[in-house]
Amino acid sequence: MTAPNSEFEADCIRRILAGEKHLFHDLIRPCERSIYFLLYSLLKNEAEAEDVAQETVIKVYQNLDKFRGDSQFRTWVLSIARNEGLGRLRKITNRREDSLDAETDEQTGDYTPAILTSWREIPAEALEQKELGSLLRKAIEGLPEIYRNVVLLRDIEELDIRESAAVLGISEASVKVRLHRARALLQRNLAPQLKGFAPVKRRWFGGHA
Amino acid sequence: MRIDCKHVWEHISAYIENDVDPQLRAEIDRHLETCEICSAVLDSTRNVVILMADDRVFELPAGYSERLHARIDRELEKPREDGTPQH
Repeated sequence: MTAPNSEFEADCIRRILAGEKHLFHDLIRPCERSIYFLLYSLLKNEAEAEDVAQETVIKVYQNLDKFRGDSQFRTWVLSIARNEGLGRLRKITNRREDSLDAETDEQTGDYTPAILTSWREIPAEALEQKELGSLLRKAIEGLPEIYRNVVLLRDIEELDIRESAAVLGISEASVKVRLHRARALLQRNLAPQLKGFAPVKRRWFGGHA
Repeated sequence: MRIDCKHVWEHISAYIENDVDPQLRAEIDRHLETCEICSAVLDSTRNVVILMADDRVFELPAGYSERLHARIDRELEKPREDGTPQH
């Protein structure tokens, strides 16, 4: 993920509105990954997510003169993506029921984590194996929607708590509670499976061979 | 005050975020020194968080970016629809 740079963005937006339209490509590029995965987490369908991502980006372009700079550009863009995604979701009515329970369930936390002491090392190199990625994706996709969105923004796209709250239109306290629940669910689900991936010697921050 | 395992679990996410006050942090640290189970739970939760941030876990569909920018190009060729003055 590219770190947002508000000076670059403000300058870019000014110039695009003044007619240098091609700069829009550079403005949106750092956001395009997050847009897709936010929509994927809502819609759970690659083709729908890509389609709505394109609509989102066009909407951003058409409304660029309305961006006021009182939030980060990325926050604004992801809020638009979320709205577009929710709109699409309403059209595909009969698909998504899984968030209903979780909506009211946020505060009641009694989570027993998976207890095991043998999985300590990150199996970094096992990420090259498709299997590990697919375990993680499946676990995340299996989360109730309100947790999935928070995990997506905070842990996968690495927005901070404040930005995640702004995109989702909820309080920072809610983001923290949901994040905690989500991580506890993922730990419980994943730790027993992931310990099967033998850790290789630590090279997480080292260079690649 | 000694805190128990369940108490530690309640704060694991905040602990990873570095979002617990210093006193609680010290209590948790003290607990972790002697509790193998909690320290394993902390490690595995942190591992899951680190793994999720790896770009290889979530890869964009092949050609996504190209198709997106091609769509943008088609839009840029149009005159701006809202008719706002170009300032």
